[in-house]
Amino acid sequence: MKRQPKIVTPAMQSYSFSRRAWLLGAGTVGVGTLLGARMAWLSVAQNERYSLLAESNRVNATLIPPRRGWIVDRHGAPIASNRTDFRVDIIPDRLADKDRVLKLLGEILRLPAEELERVRVDLDRAAGFQPVQVAENLDWERFAAVSVRLPELPGVQPTRGFARHYPAGAAVAHLTGYVGAPTAEQFKATRDPLLVTPGFKLGKDGLEKTLEQRLRGQAGAKRVEVTARGKLVAELATRPDVPGRTARLTIDAGLQEYAARRLGTNSGSAVVIDCRTGELLCMVSMPAYDPNSFSDGISHWEWQMLSDDDHVPLMNKVTQGLYPPGSTVKPMNTLALMAAGVSPTDRVQCSGALRVGTGVFHCHKRGGHGPVDMKTAVAQSCDIYFYEMIRRMGYDRIAPVARELGLGQKFELPFSTQRFGTVPDSAWKARKYKDRWTVADGLNASIGQGYVLANPLQLAVMAARIASGRALQPSILADRVHRDAPDLPFQPEQLDHVRESMWAVVNGGGTGAAARLLVPGMSIAAKTGTAQVRRITMAERRGGVLKNGQLPFKLRDHALFVCFAPYENPRYAAGIVLEHNGHTVRNLDTPMIGRDIMTWLLDRDRAIASLAEVEPTWGGDIATRMAAEAAVYRAAHAPAPAAAATKTDATVPSDAPAVEQATAAANQTQAALAEAPPADTPAGQGTTERTP
Amino acid sequence: MTTRLIPEPLAQLPWRILLLVAAINGFGLLMLYSAAGGSMMPWALPQGIRFCVFLTGAIIVSRVPEDWLRHGAMPAYAVLLLMLIGVELLGHVSGGSQRWLNLGFGFRLQPSELMKLAIVLAVARFYEMLPSGETRTFGAVWPAAVLIGLPAAFVMLQPDLGTALMICAGGATVMFLAGVPLRLFIGGALGLAVAAPLAVNFLLHDYQRNRILIFLDPESDPLGTGYHISQSKIAIGSGGIWGKGFLNGTQSHLDYLPEGHTDFAFATMAEEWGLVGGVLLIAAFLLVIRWGIDVGQRANSRFAKLTAAGLSMTIFFYVAINLSMVMGLAPVVGIPLPLFSNGGSAQMTVLLCLGILMAIDRQNRRRPQW
Repeated sequence: MKRQPKIVTPAMQSYSFSRRAWLLGAGTVGVGTLLGARMAWLSVAQNERYSLLAESNRVNATLIPPRRGWIVDRHGAPIASNRTDFRVDIIPDRLADKDRVLKLLGEILRLPAEELERVRVDLDRAAGFQPVQVAENLDWERFAAVSVRLPELPGVQPTRGFARHYPAGAAVAHLTGYVGAPTAEQFKATRDPLLVTPGFKLGKDGLEKTLEQRLRGQAGAKRVEVTARGKLVAELATRPDVPGRTARLTIDAGLQEYAARRLGTNSGSAVVIDCRTGELLCMVSMPAYDPNSFSDGISHWEWQMLSDDDHVPLMNKVTQGLYPPGSTVKPMNTLALMAAGVSPTDRVQCSGALRVGTGVFHCHKRGGHGPVDMKTAVAQSCDIYFYEMIRRMGYDRIAPVARELGLGQKFELPFSTQRFGTVPDSAWKARKYKDRWTVADGLNASIGQGYVLANPLQLAVMAARIASGRALQPSILADRVHRDAPDLPFQPEQLDHVRESMWAVVNGGGTGAAARLLVPGMSIAAKTGTAQVRRITMAERRGGVLKNGQLPFKLRDHALFVCFAPYENPRYAAGIVLEHNGHTVRNLDTPMIGRDIMTWLLDRDRAIASLAEVEPTWGGDIATRMAAEAAVYRAAHAPAPAAAATKTDATVPSDAPAVEQATAAANQTQAALAEAPPADTPAGQGTTERTP
Repeated sequence: MTTRLIPEPLAQLPWRILLLVAAINGFGLLMLYSAAGGSMMPWALPQGIRFCVFLTGAIIVSRVPEDWLRHGAMPAYAVLLLMLIGVELLGHVSGGSQRWLNLGFGFRLQPSELMKLAIVLAVARFYEMLPSGETRTFGAVWPAAVLIGLPAAFVMLQPDLGTALMICAGGATVMFLAGVPLRLFIGGALGLAVAAPLAVNFLLHDYQRNRILIFLDPESDPLGTGYHISQSKIAIGSGGIWGKGFLNGTQSHLDYLPEGHTDFAFATMAEEWGLVGGVLLIAAFLLVIRWGIDVGQRANSRFAKLTAAGLSMTIFFYVAINLSMVMGLAPVVGIPLPLFSNGGSAQMTVLLCLGILMAIDRQNRRRPQW
């Protein structure tokens, strides 16, 4: 049905107007009420939220990075401290004319072209908020020159802060680790604004990382009232920073540095333990990186140089390096044999070789030692004695004693990565390889080869436990020393005999005569060790075993050494491992290094004089040698500009894949190496435990 | 009640509404004084002087006979439309968007501003001339639509979305009041709902489209266009019930609130005066609007009725659009809060509205006000 249009009259129009105008009036009141309600919602219901936002608009809090707690040695000498640092940064977001500003900065700061190129590359990769470092460690003149010309340099930010300083440089690198700028992931995980504050650095490795909470402190804040354009209106109260707490170590900084220098050009590690308390007096892994330059962020080529080095400077060999302990286990073996009822006077006839089943086991002395008792076996390091004795007793009676003395044990130390090796026995092999323990396995283990793996720290603990007769626990934090170590479950005469045979190694015509202590009235007791990293074939044996000097570095034997001194009243014990040393240079071999480290503790001047004599022949002290090596590497690998950028997010050395690979590969070859045929079994890598 | 002490014309002025308007403007001056950091310059004093000038003008307009308005409506509309076209052409010549004509003596006329007023008068005049019988035919709709559509289109070209919307709303209100069938408005609203997204995508400029998208999600761009809305909400929200106190607003004084003395003046006020100040201001505007609609209800002629109610609603649109925008209920479209925000154009338009309303009031009053 179609609707007719209504006829509208003026009266109807007037009525309709009144009605509709009233409707609109009501509408305005409705809208007004709605707006009032909306306003109430904002200003009453959400008042708290918006007040907070207004306040955070108004107040600009600039965090002041807290001063990091010092790391000091047992006498309070700084191992890691802070020094005043004048630095210049660029805030990428505020940078207006990059080319002009960089050119000007380069002139004022007298930066080399290469550095400027690095800044340019960093700026291209920069993420807005994170300042890019232009220069640090500036002298006051250059710093002031930038501050004065700031109006011409938008985005440039001169800051006076603190930088971490390691007085001993590379000597403490693997002990302290280093600090660095937090990564983007770390910031995303915590959202802590301190992490993106310029100049703030946190521990990246070593003690700096594990003691982070203690060392960090609390950030201060400079609170200012600012306008939207960043203009300062008023200074509000500044909250001072709370410096981090000092961490006192059991380390002796002097010994640490001395040992690092005394290792010379070796790729090695040295650990010294106080025989009364188990305190670690030094813990050296060399060569190392310079933690000072690492903390500033190193360049790609430097990183590459360190990664390429076959002396693995990025690896902490003390806790991460696993080595077949070789003959250093022999004193421990004698303790186990005595505990199992073997008399020290029982003799074994050493003819130079022992046939077991289808295999032939050789003594390191081709002609043999003749009749050998327990003490001579240790002093002369006769392999046949231990082959024979352990073939009789079975290795399962040795392994518990090895563990008792610290091998295969994990110690509670503040290091994120500790590899603690293997003490094999039949149960272990059944579990790991689902295979039966063979006589050959036991024979290999008896001379510290085959499946046996230990780190240098464990070797030092073993020496300290033999020396003290107590189950010492190593400690590195001065406030966490385990003083009341229980006695070991051995007869004092048995321990005395072990110590005596170790004394004979050095002082009784044994293999370690070079370690003889020159301090009057004191003597050193020790055991040398050699760990093969290659298989010696029957053919080679017939033609004469190759001398280490004839072999490439990677195939040379490891040199190991455990000792304690003074023999008369043991105070200090040490473990030293030199990778691929091969016993080629006398003053770089373990006995003399061990002797000098012990001498430093007992007669410091003599030790220093001894070092002064030999150090120049190695090409100078650590820093000199590192600079020379860097120069050579740099000449050979001219860095491309793109590779010059700061590598602030570099993988932490102990986590670096290259280091992992090197460690794993070395451990594999060692585990697989044994002279006997069954040693073709897959490698036992040792157990690696990583604590977060 | 009136005495011979006060001259008759003065006594006849609608004092109640004048005082109300003066109060709103006075409140605005306080806000401007505070926004300038506690200074009469650069905003409060010129704004106060302008108010006096325009109010005098409004009182003069209130003496204008209704017939002058009736007969002047269409010519004024035509002149303004030509000026709008002129602005557009000049804009093209000078290369860029231009919204005003420079008349010399430092006076710049913004024709689009006056068009908000003229459109009401013109459409009212059209419906007065239209025979009452044709109100419900198509012939009652399309000429009005053209009247509205032409200026709106030119203002859109400037581009000035807010003003274009107000011209459409003012014209449509008069059509509604004139009795155009409801179904057209319902249909129109539905049509708008469909057309709006299309318009957003195809007709608007990038910056306008951005404003709308950001209005829908202000936090998506807290430092860009969404900054205005976010900061405005922070200012209002942090004011609480009683406000932070006169001269104590941080959002405005530290420049976090952009346009704190013009488009976002309400937020500046709300930060210092709180919910109380805001509700009082809204109530004051509603009273002015109610008075204006009442003037329309009392008027005798169809033109006067439609004009009065239409102009009142124009004031309402100013207020409603501005407050919605400031409180984050509408996109940022650049409509000031009349009598309150700094700036002469809106002040002039609204006081001219009041002058016309007073003129209609005076000529249709049966008894003196006081």
